[in-house]
Amino acid sequence: MILFGVFLAFPIIASFGLSFTSFGLTDLQNPIGATFVGLDNYAALLSDDRFWKSLFNTVYFVVIGVPATLLFGLLIANALNRGVTRFRTVFRVGYYLPVITSIVAIAVVWRFLLNPDVGLINMALAAIGIDGPAWLANPALAMPSIIVMAVWRNLGFAMIVFLAGMQAIPASLYEAASIDGAGRWQMFKAITIPLLRPTILFMTVITTIGYLQLFEEPLVMTDGGPLDATLSVTMYMYQQGFEFFHQGYASAIAYVLFLIVAVIAFLQFKFLRSDD
Amino acid sequence: MTAATAPNQPQAGAPKAPDAATGSHRRRSARWSYILLIAGLVLMIGPFLWMILGSLKPAQDFLRNPPTFLPSEFTTSSYGRLLDQLDFPRFFFNSSVIALAVTIGTLVFCPMLGYALAKLPWRGKGVVMGVVLATLMVPAGITLIPNFVLMSNLGLVNTYPGLILPFLVGPFGVFLMRQFMLSIPDELLEAARMDGANEFRVFRSVVMPIATPVLATLGILTFLGSWNSFIYPFVMAQEPQMYTLPVALATFSTGQYQADHGMLMAGSVVLVVPVLIVFILFQRWITEGIATTGLKG
Repeated sequence: MILFGVFLAFPIIASFGLSFTSFGLTDLQNPIGATFVGLDNYAALLSDDRFWKSLFNTVYFVVIGVPATLLFGLLIANALNRGVTRFRTVFRVGYYLPVITSIVAIAVVWRFLLNPDVGLINMALAAIGIDGPAWLANPALAMPSIIVMAVWRNLGFAMIVFLAGMQAIPASLYEAASIDGAGRWQMFKAITIPLLRPTILFMTVITTIGYLQLFEEPLVMTDGGPLDATLSVTMYMYQQGFEFFHQGYASAIAYVLFLIVAVIAFLQFKFLRSDD
Repeated sequence: MTAATAPNQPQAGAPKAPDAATGSHRRRSARWSYILLIAGLVLMIGPFLWMILGSLKPAQDFLRNPPTFLPSEFTTSSYGRLLDQLDFPRFFFNSSVIALAVTIGTLVFCPMLGYALAKLPWRGKGVVMGVVLATLMVPAGITLIPNFVLMSNLGLVNTYPGLILPFLVGPFGVFLMRQFMLSIPDELLEAARMDGANEFRVFRSVVMPIATPVLATLGILTFLGSWNSFIYPFVMAQEPQMYTLPVALATFSTGQYQADHGMLMAGSVVLVVPVLIVFILFQRWITEGIATTGLKG
């Protein structure tokens, strides 16, 4: 109880307070003495090009990454639920494996996979006659590469949740549809998707909230580069707070992110309520 | 918690190709499903195989163009460098101590708070529940800076308590336990109270035994989460002797050792393999727990 208050509830409030100060390295010993600067940090954010860039990159990552992750998760779950019955556990474990693995380890391995000289991906492309690019060194390709990796890592989570949702759908519905002559695609569209709607909505929200916090992948793979093409909001917050020691400013960045997350969570609850 | 049993029932929802007319069509599309799923599986497992094989390659294999999938000879020299040039046993020890402490703390505190929120009447309960729900949604980044400031003032940066304390009670664990406790019938608790058990006794002898499966899931998920956690220890462990495995790997892979592919692959293996073992041993608990809590959230 007390722990919870001290280390979770307190920091959230403190962070809000910090975001109104010019808190820096020298204030670490005396947090109360930090200078109050009102909304200056937020005003500075508005005209900070790197912040806008990081916000754009994060939104780019979310807008492409979330639908792709959910789509693959849904298709695999559907294949496992209907038709494929043998080796189901093997498939489940295999697809879920990356989800429980450290992002750092995955990012290190993928950095080598994507390496233009020694990487497996360009080797495979060379085998079919394509001269693969330097994925992570190209500003236009770096973020798509990270998105592919994130989809690869997270589709297993979507798969598990969708699979559980699908197995709650009564088999009699499919039998009735099958007697009426419905094909697999029709059943998927007319039974599975509508009945899975709450699950899909829920997964959209938690995947979005997770993806908004993109951090480890660019840190390990690109350090936010090239030319800030993969700089995410969380990464920019980290740089401001722990490389430049502008903790007050970093708190303001954290709060903007928090607000975005809160709005999405709020919209979800509204959606779900009107749904039920 | 009723959805928990669903994923493992063999072909719960699948009708078994009842009529002969569509049977061959269905078999054909099932075959395609298998082919695509196996191709996907290769893509999922491939990077892991490449990591393990890469960790066993001699250094000159990484200079080859085109690169090779299999090592030209198997060697453990990359693992040797983890020991000689870096203090990997120490990082392994740090990760283990922190993950174990966090798991034990979670298993002690979360059920208590969950029980209090679900079954005991007290003032301010609604407020606390609101705070728990609100913090479920809070990005890790937002508590990072204030926690760091707090820890600096307590002198706990670069210490085990500094890395462990903030995670002893997580909103996820509290929420999970509360949801589970709500499903325990009040009559059961009343019966125990009638027999003269005090509140702690009821909790320990009635509630906890019923909660064992949920506790197992929570424990495994907490352990894995702590083992893999990155941003917080990355900020809080500033001296190499306090690095956890992910922090060490991230730091060295972007620093002076970034060209030593073999060693970084070996480091990744050290980080990943314990998780794989835990996962394969407990995969039922994990996937069911995820599915259940996911739907319950």
